[in-house]
Amino acid sequence: MNIHEYQGKELLREHGVPTPRGVACFSVDEAVSAAQELGGEVWVIKAQIHAGGRGKGGGVKVAKSLDEVKTLAQEILGMTLITHQTGSEGKEVKRLLVEEGAAIKDELYIGLVIDRSQQRVVMMASSEGGMDIEEVAANTPEKIHKVVIDPTVGLTLDDASTLARNIGIPDKAVEQGADLLVNLYRLFWEKDASLAEINPLIVTDQDEVLALDAKFNFDSNALFRHPDIKEYRDLDEEDPAEIEASKYGLSYISLDGSIGCLVNGAGLAMATMDIIKLYGGEPANFLDVGGGATEEQVTAAFRIMLQNTNISAILVNIFGGIMRCDVIAEGLVTAAREINLSVPLIVRLEGTNVDKGKKILANSGLEIIAANTMAEAAEEVVNASLGGD
Amino acid sequence: MSILINKNTRVMTQGMTGKTGLFHTKNCIEYAYGKECFVAGVTPGKGGQVYEDIPVYDTVAQAREQTGANVSVIYVPPAFAAAAIDEAVEAELDLVICITEGVPVKDMILTRYKMQGKKTLLVGPNCPGVITPDEIKIGIMPGYIHKQGPIGVVSRSGTLTYEVVDQLTKLGLGQSTCVGIGGDPVNGFKHIDVLKLFNDDPATEAVVMCGEIGGTDEEECARWVKDHMTKPVVGFIAGITAPPGKRMGHAGAIISGGKGTATEKISVLEECGIRVTRNPAEIGALMKKALK
Repeated sequence: MNIHEYQGKELLREHGVPTPRGVACFSVDEAVSAAQELGGEVWVIKAQIHAGGRGKGGGVKVAKSLDEVKTLAQEILGMTLITHQTGSEGKEVKRLLVEEGAAIKDELYIGLVIDRSQQRVVMMASSEGGMDIEEVAANTPEKIHKVVIDPTVGLTLDDASTLARNIGIPDKAVEQGADLLVNLYRLFWEKDASLAEINPLIVTDQDEVLALDAKFNFDSNALFRHPDIKEYRDLDEEDPAEIEASKYGLSYISLDGSIGCLVNGAGLAMATMDIIKLYGGEPANFLDVGGGATEEQVTAAFRIMLQNTNISAILVNIFGGIMRCDVIAEGLVTAAREINLSVPLIVRLEGTNVDKGKKILANSGLEIIAANTMAEAAEEVVNASLGGD
Repeated sequence: MSILINKNTRVMTQGMTGKTGLFHTKNCIEYAYGKECFVAGVTPGKGGQVYEDIPVYDTVAQAREQTGANVSVIYVPPAFAAAAIDEAVEAELDLVICITEGVPVKDMILTRYKMQGKKTLLVGPNCPGVITPDEIKIGIMPGYIHKQGPIGVVSRSGTLTYEVVDQLTKLGLGQSTCVGIGGDPVNGFKHIDVLKLFNDDPATEAVVMCGEIGGTDEEECARWVKDHMTKPVVGFIAGITAPPGKRMGHAGAIISGGKGTATEKISVLEECGIRVTRNPAEIGALMKKALK
């Protein structure tokens, strides 16, 4: 689960990681009074959406007067921000962060990730802040410093100090910087984060180290023990279809194509998308109904897929293992009737009681095209989506 | 022969008295030598009871002592799954297969840390389990699609594994052992661990490895295959069409920072001499060709 920058900074301050002072705002008036309250002469107005690349997209601006705060807040609030992470349709800005300006002497990078091969948390730090860290890793890997963290000890002050020196935090500020890193790790670990990125971490002209940005992602499997983090969820930032799907235990992701797919199991669902593409079609979604695929789930799945008006055909690919194919077939037929399905439906069933299942589909009176293999199914659905027979 | 498990394996089910645990244990008992293989259940507080003719114990240690079971399969809820693995490791079982889906990553980091230097091997969590066809099935896969034979199968996904096995069986290619290693980022066996075992197993003549987007486990495995594997390996990587930054069902199936794409994995696999198909319907056929 992702959270907003201002929420991340709230967490950082609570855990002893200093940030510039700032206020989250939902209207232009709030933005102006926030700037007044913060005082000073320079403010930064930052669009709060979950996607990265906000600065390049025009969602982060500097204001040097209250009038300018007002103009910029008007401009950014309600704008559709397009970044490399939002896709071409962009994202409407509904929240702002108004922050005091900081006098930046140096920009650094700190990241915390779960390293799969180490099976540990790894802290990555670099002197090259404010840039795309993947680019730094590709072009100047020697500028990325890593510490693999012992889960029973945590990040030690020693390691944190070395890291702080390695990325060029001035001697005067190393102690404060190391404390900051230790506190950041503690927050990460305590709250079951799966990703944290401070880009940039800055050194001010007063040699103070501050988190100028905050990006957090939390392990959704661990949210049950963090009601405070759960509170941060912003449904406006999520695809309504994905939210609806999750209510039924379905895992759904919208894509750009025109062929809907409904599959049981994540790996097979991906493989089904791939084979559609291989046969010249484009999948409209990823949809994993899980191992069970009950009638209720299948009905919900059809309904959610069909909210996408691009859909010109649907492919159902179910490998019934524990779940019997006849039960799944009955669910499909009921769901297709209830939903009054208007696009061609291609069904590939395999597994337990497959013959019974196929008979149910054939006798349903519905126009269902039955396929015997994944390849056949993909061919049929691509054909059907192109208006063929 | 086979890897990890055979008809002489003795298994206990942790979380046996829950709905899921009981349902799948029943299915496993009915498969091949299951009645002899499944000898104990573990549910704290239910020691002394009997389910499906199997005695239930309060702890793994008791179950091991009383029945000699040296392998466990776990169906306990996600919040308690890592503790269940820890208990099995403490009791020095040979192998633990954790089916449970949704275990917090932090719990697994701590569990993997505690497993260092211990003898217990781990498959999963979030996996369908392990099956040695016509001998023993430990997990949730449909037994009847399998057939004994020379092909080893390893995969991160459940139903995709069934698809592959089904293709193989229909082409007359039986399986030595099929291992579902699961889709979580921090877990036990990786592809490479399973390939090493298949390489040493006289009954395995060739291996199918199915991977998916996310991480670099398949690449590490492929490099090992290039240098050490003496048997043909056929591969498939799911997720060519998966968009970056989106978690595709499995916790570990995500392309992050441009890393872990299917295209990248496929090219590494091919460079390492693994025959890869982009068509998931052709995995069985490609294996048949590889054996000629």
